[in-house]
Amino acid sequence: MTTSRLTKCAGTARIQPMQGLEAQIGGKAWRLQRGAFLAVLMGGSLAAGGCVSVNAPDKPIVIELNINIKQEVIYRLAADAGNTIDQNQDIF
Amino acid sequence: MKARNFKTSTLLTLGAGALALAMLSAGTSASAEGRDPVYAAARASGQVGEKLDGYLGFPTPPSAALRSVVEDINIKRKAVYAQKAQANNATVEEYAFTAGCLAIARTTPGEKYQAPDGSWQTRGAGAPNRDSRCP
Repeated sequence: MTTSRLTKCAGTARIQPMQGLEAQIGGKAWRLQRGAFLAVLMGGSLAAGGCVSVNAPDKPIVIELNINIKQEVIYRLAADAGNTIDQNQDIF
Repeated sequence: MKARNFKTSTLLTLGAGALALAMLSAGTSASAEGRDPVYAAARASGQVGEKLDGYLGFPTPPSAALRSVVEDINIKRKAVYAQKAQANNATVEEYAFTAGCLAIARTTPGEKYQAPDGSWQTRGAGAPNRDSRCP
């Protein structure tokens, strides 16, 4: 089981103090800002570092490419493919 | 009158004989013309089989020499598939899969081929077990 990190771990987001607004409304703006700051702190601790990590599966990944091939395409190509086999008998 | 009849029938017999001979020689050369002897022998013994995707595969682990020969053939097949696919506005995978359908159909009894579930099968006297989309 190997773990690889796809992104750099982000730090906790910080809110710049809204100086203009604080100056106008005073105490109320500060209360709003403090609430937002607390919410960000809690969110940050939940995200635990804020990086995306992927665990490799134990089983090999099998991709069935043949599934997308449609029957109508196969029928269209059949005659030509038959000629190709006839003309390249050394490799068929 | 009698002599002429004899002549005609002789000619007919000769003609039919020549035709049969031509068909016989065509029949024997159709399956193995120009194949590498290593490849031909491995095919006959079931060490090499036709896969679903239009390439050759190994039902049993191959020797280094056989692997080399077969990988070379697969590269040549891919080159042919790519060229023909482009000419027919198809993907290489589509063309290769179609050729695989036909190559499996043309296996002779005793040769190996891959069934739709991916398992290796030995071609019997009847039709091979092929993908439902095969023509």
